[in-house]
Amino acid sequence: MDNIPAIVETLVGRFPQQEYMYGGHNACPGCGAALAVRYMMKALQDKAVIVIPASCWSIISGVNPLRCLETVVLHCPFPAAAAVGSGIKKGLEAVGDLHTHVVVLAGDGGTFDIGIQGLSGAAERNEDILFVCYDNEAYMNTGMQKSSATPYGSVSTTTPPPRIKQNPKKDIMKIMAAHQIPYAATATIAFPEDLLAKVRRAMEVRGFRFLHILTPCPQGWGSPVEKTVELSRLAVQTCVFPLFEIEDGRRYRLTFCPDGPVPLENYFRLQKRFSSLDREQVELARESVNYCWEELRRKASVL
Amino acid sequence: MNGNQAAALAVKLSRAQVVCAYPITPQTSLVENIAEMWARGNFPGEYVSVESEYSALSYLIGAAYAGARTFTATSSQGLAYMHELLHWASGARLPIVMVNVNRTLGAPWSLEPDQRDSLSQRDTGWIQLYCSDVQEIMDTVIVAFRLAEEVKIPCMVIYDGFSLSHTYEAVQLLRQEQADLFLNPPPKSALIHPSRPQTVQPVTDYRYMARVVQAGHRAMMQVPGRLGEIDRLFAEIFGRKYSLAEETNFGNAETIFVAAGAMAQTVKSFLPLLDGGEEKNGLLRLRLFKPLPEEEIVSILNKPFIKKLVVLDRNLSMGIGGVFAQEIKALLQGTGFRGQIFELNLAGGIDLTLDLLRRGMERINAWQDGEEKIIWGVDL
Repeated sequence: MDNIPAIVETLVGRFPQQEYMYGGHNACPGCGAALAVRYMMKALQDKAVIVIPASCWSIISGVNPLRCLETVVLHCPFPAAAAVGSGIKKGLEAVGDLHTHVVVLAGDGGTFDIGIQGLSGAAERNEDILFVCYDNEAYMNTGMQKSSATPYGSVSTTTPPPRIKQNPKKDIMKIMAAHQIPYAATATIAFPEDLLAKVRRAMEVRGFRFLHILTPCPQGWGSPVEKTVELSRLAVQTCVFPLFEIEDGRRYRLTFCPDGPVPLENYFRLQKRFSSLDREQVELARESVNYCWEELRRKASVL
Repeated sequence: MNGNQAAALAVKLSRAQVVCAYPITPQTSLVENIAEMWARGNFPGEYVSVESEYSALSYLIGAAYAGARTFTATSSQGLAYMHELLHWASGARLPIVMVNVNRTLGAPWSLEPDQRDSLSQRDTGWIQLYCSDVQEIMDTVIVAFRLAEEVKIPCMVIYDGFSLSHTYEAVQLLRQEQADLFLNPPPKSALIHPSRPQTVQPVTDYRYMARVVQAGHRAMMQVPGRLGEIDRLFAEIFGRKYSLAEETNFGNAETIFVAAGAMAQTVKSFLPLLDGGEEKNGLLRLRLFKPLPEEEIVSILNKPFIKKLVVLDRNLSMGIGGVFAQEIKALLQGTGFRGQIFELNLAGGIDLTLDLLRRGMERINAWQDGEEKIIWGVDL
C-alpha cells in the first residue's frame, strides 16, 4: 500500500459522519449499491443532482411519494442517462446555474449494455458530468439476468447451467480510457475512504468523469448478506477488481496494491453464482485475472 | 428561403436555449443552419450535436428538467428511434418543441414525404401541427413554443420533406422585436436545485399514473382553445391569421377534400381546375392534428349540401386505411353527416398531380355500392 494518494490518508479515521441518504430506502439486505451511494453522497453533499436510469436504484431511491436521498433525483429511461444528465447540465447552465454538479447513477446494464451508446457519446463530447456505474454484474433489479458486465463462469437466469456465461466481462475502464476523458477511476465499498476520495477528486475535474464501483449483490451473487463488504475486499485482494485511476486516458495510477494476491477460490467460494465452475474453468478465470492485473501494473508503471 | 431555413430562423428568434439534434435527410439543412448561426456567435442558445436521435431527445428532456427552452428536429427513422422518449417527454409535461420533416419509414429505404413517421407517433401525447407552406413553417415554430409552454405539452411542427423542406418560397420575415413581444422571455432560473430535494418522475403505482395520464388528456383538450387565442395574438402582432382547421368553400361545394401539409396547398390550387370548379369543390386543411379541433371540423364538414369527402392520406395504417381518414370518420360519427367518405391514398410518398387527382375523382364518381372506398394512388 505504498502508493495511496494523500487525499485517502487524510480521510482515514476522519470519515464524514453527516448522512445524505436516509434509512427506509428500498435496498435488499446486504446491498452493496446502497452502501456505495451512501458513501458517494458524503462527498457530493448538497452540490449535485442525481440522474437515475432504470436500475436497482430506481427502486432503492423510493417509490412515489417516498425518497431517501437528500437532493434532487431525476429518473429517466434506461438507455438515456448519459444524455439526460448532459442535458440537465447544459440546461442548468443555460438558465444561470453554473455550479450544480450532475451525477448519473447507472447500473451495469445502463452502462455496459443498453446505455453504452449514450455513454460513449457523452464521453466523446466531454460533457461536464460525473457518470457513476454501480456494478453488481447482472440485471439484479429484475432477478439476475446476465449483462455484459457478468463475469466469465457466472450462472444467471439467462445463462443457466450448464450454459454458464462463456465470455469475459466487458472491460469498461479500457473503453472509457479510449475516450481520453479527464478522469476515470474504480472503487468499491470495502474501501470507503478510497471511494470518497475518488468522488471528491472527480468533483474537482471539469469535463466527463467516470467512476466504476463494484457493488456486491447477495441476492444475485448467492452470497450471505453479511459478506458483502468482505466480497468487495476480496475482489480487490484477488485482483479481480483492482483499484486505480486514469487521467486523460493515459496516466494510470493504482490506488491499492495487494501485498500478495489472495487465491481466486476464496472469492468464488462465497458465491453460488460460481458454483458450476470446474477446476479447469477456475484456471481459465485465474489466467484472465492475472493477465489483466499484469497489464494494468505495466500501464501504471509498477512492474 | 426554404422550409428548413425558415424553421432554423424561427428557432433563433424564439431564443431557444438548448438545441440538440442528429442529422437525417431531409432535416439536415435545418440543423446545419442552426449550427452555422451558433458557430458564428449568431445564435442565442447552445447547439449540441449528439450521436443519435435517441440522445438528442434525451438531452432535451434533461435540459427541460432543468428549466431551459429546448428544440430539436428530425425525420422518419430518427423520429421512430425517439419513440419511448416522446412518451417520456409528454408524461413529464416538458414543453419541448420539435420539427419533424416527413419522410417515408423503411423498409425499404425511401426519401419520399410519406407521413407515417409523424402519424405513427399519434398516441405519444405530443401536439402535432402540420404546415402547408414555408411562411407557415416559420410562423408555426414560434407559435409552437408559446403553445407548448402554456399547456406544458411538447409540440411537434411537421412539414413535408423536399416539397417544403427544400423548396424556396418568398417569406415575410419575423422580426426579433415582434418575436420577443409574442413569446415569454426564455427562463432564467432553474427548476431544480439540490437545496430543494425532490424526486422527478419516480416509480409510482397505477393510482398516481392514472391521474398523470388523465391530466395529460385534459391538458390536451385545452389545446384547441389555447391555440385559438395564440393565433389571435399572432395575428395582432404579425398580421397573419391562422385557423385551427382551414376551410376553403366558396359556394355550396358538394365535394370536400381533406388534406394536411403541402398536399393541402396543392389541392387548393387545383380546386378551380376540377369539374365544377370552386363552386362544387372545397377543402378542409388539417393544421392542428393532435388533438383534432372537433368543433371546428364538424362545423366545416357537417353541412347538408356536402355529398362526398375525399380524404387525402400520404400515409397508411395497414389493415384500416389512411390515418387522417380514420380520424375524420371517428369525428363525424353520430353527427348526422350523410355524405360518402372516400380515401385517396398516396402512401409511399406519391406526389399529387392534377392528372392523378382527376383520375382519382373519375374513380370516385363512378363508385358503386360494394366497391372499396380506398382509391389507391399507386393504381391510378
